Amino acid sequence: MTDWDLRRIPSAYWVVGALLLMMPAISSNFILFSIFGWALILGMIALSLMFLGGYGGMVSLVQMTVAGVAGYMTAILGDSAIDAISLGWVWWLAVPVAILIAMVFGTLSGALAVRTEGIYTIMITLAIATAFFYFARQNYVVFNGFSGFNQILAPEAFGVNWRNPVAFYYLALFFAGLAYFAVLYVSRSPFGLALQGIRDNPRRMAALGFNVTAHRIAAYTFASLIAAVAGVLLVWQTSSISPGAISVGPAIDILIIAVVGGLRHPVGPFIGAIIFVLLRTFALDALVAVGLAGERFQLLIGIGFLVIVFWSSDGVLGLWQRWRDRAGRTDPLTGQQKDAG
Amino acid sequence: MVTGTPNRSPATGTANALELRGVSRLFGALAALDDVTITVMPGEKRAVLGSNGAGKTTLFNCITGDFLPTSGTIRLFGEDVTNFPAHERIRRGLRRTYQISLLFNGLSVLDNVYLACRGVSRSRFSLLRPRRSDSLIHSAEELIDAVHLTDLRDNLVAELSHGQQRQLEIALALAGAPRFILFDEPAAGLSPTERSDLIEILTNLPEHMGFIIIEHDMDVALRVAESVTMMHNGRIFKEGRPEEIEEDPEVQELYLGGGHE
Repeated sequence: MTDWDLRRIPSAYWVVGALLLMMPAISSNFILFSIFGWALILGMIALSLMFLGGYGGMVSLVQMTVAGVAGYMTAILGDSAIDAISLGWVWWLAVPVAILIAMVFGTLSGALAVRTEGIYTIMITLAIATAFFYFARQNYVVFNGFSGFNQILAPEAFGVNWRNPVAFYYLALFFAGLAYFAVLYVSRSPFGLALQGIRDNPRRMAALGFNVTAHRIAAYTFASLIAAVAGVLLVWQTSSISPGAISVGPAIDILIIAVVGGLRHPVGPFIGAIIFVLLRTFALDALVAVGLAGERFQLLIGIGFLVIVFWSSDGVLGLWQRWRDRAGRTDPLTGQQKDAG
Repeated sequence: MVTGTPNRSPATGTANALELRGVSRLFGALAALDDVTITVMPGEKRAVLGSNGAGKTTLFNCITGDFLPTSGTIRLFGEDVTNFPAHERIRRGLRRTYQISLLFNGLSVLDNVYLACRGVSRSRFSLLRPRRSDSLIHSAEELIDAVHLTDLRDNLVAELSHGQQRQLEIALALAGAPRFILFDEPAAGLSPTERSDLIEILTNLPEHMGFIIIEHDMDVALRVAESVTMMHNGRIFKEGRPEEIEEDPEVQELYLGGGHE
């Protein structure tokens, strides 16, 4: 069903695409690097959760950890300020190997989690995330314990210094876009359809000849690839990785981002991520501006998410969908029109 | 007790389509299936009758591998599949429908049937979207035509009526190249028209394609079946030709309530 026709691309794609590509012309380096760069990366990690949760019905809290493993491996195999540990491989060797290791880690986590359902999947993946956090914090030989690694810098490659905010913005945008369209595409492939079938009815899928367990594990592998790429970008963005980046808090943040954005379509995690990053970055200033104590910014973030989830159990996408339904049109983003395949 | 059909040699030479030997299934102390032995020849059309709780659906669940029997062996076309997971049995040509439709409500009718076709094909893990010319899409469309759902091809399953969902159940079971099908009360809740459609579909199945049908509607069961197995309290109670079963006084008392014409 891959009949390409430019006219079939919804107008929202043109508008959002053009806006994102022109962003460097209209925003500061801070906005590009610390707002959009960060949001695109968090969006990718949340996208990997959306793929598992939205299409596979598996809520995994291990996605941040998979990204963290990729980040740690980038630091350990490549360059960082911790000379005693970092092996100093060139980036084109260190990065693919780091991603591969993270995918193996994510796949093994999936293999442990897929035989369980619902709350138990959440518990097992949370347990793996917590175990890895404590391991990294207490292991000084490989993971450099509490302080982790710093000065992990994006390389200069193809004549571009990817540390430059504009270059990094395009790098993050490229991979986020790639991940977004990959998920959208795979959702209509036999693999993605089967995953949705397993979400709706695992028993029937087995009765149609599908190996449900193998299929679910493969979904974790695919999701791990997205999370791992995001993990490498994340250490380049913050130029550091430490246990704090993969503790329970960030793992829950990814869940919040995905749920607030909406799990029904791959655009949801990115919407959730931009809201999350904006709140995280500006809540403090906003409070001070209206004369309140700045240290209450976490409260403002919490209330913001509460409001969204209260009004729509399906996140911002759900709100959007309802608004469009009321306006009596089909939604170009969530592709609810029947010929979307 | 009466067991199986006598005078059938074990799987030497031409293998039986299905062969159960001493199959039991316990749920705690309750024996849902108690030492059941059944042999079904290739191409044979068999009805399984019995009151609620007789063990009919448990029998199906054991045959498809939804769960394993507590004891006994199950052979499919001569191969011992007792400990096989469900998907391995399906890949060997077994199919089933469910008493309460088990469909993918979030997917379209075409996607449902396409998945069924995919499940028994290679490249179940393909990341490439199917083309319009994909042969499996064609097979899926043919199956949708066969169960009269052509106009609803792109509708979500959740939008289908009960009867249409039952028809879709059958389309899923006919996907791929089935060799033996288990129908679990396919006529339940169908209108008279839908019922005659169903009978037509079942009687038009190819000669070599055997099946077992669980059916409360005697008109359906006795019209499509060549042989009948009566179950009672998890055991085989009687086996024979439809007219023998219908006239059997014990059967009439137990199941037909004596008042059946």
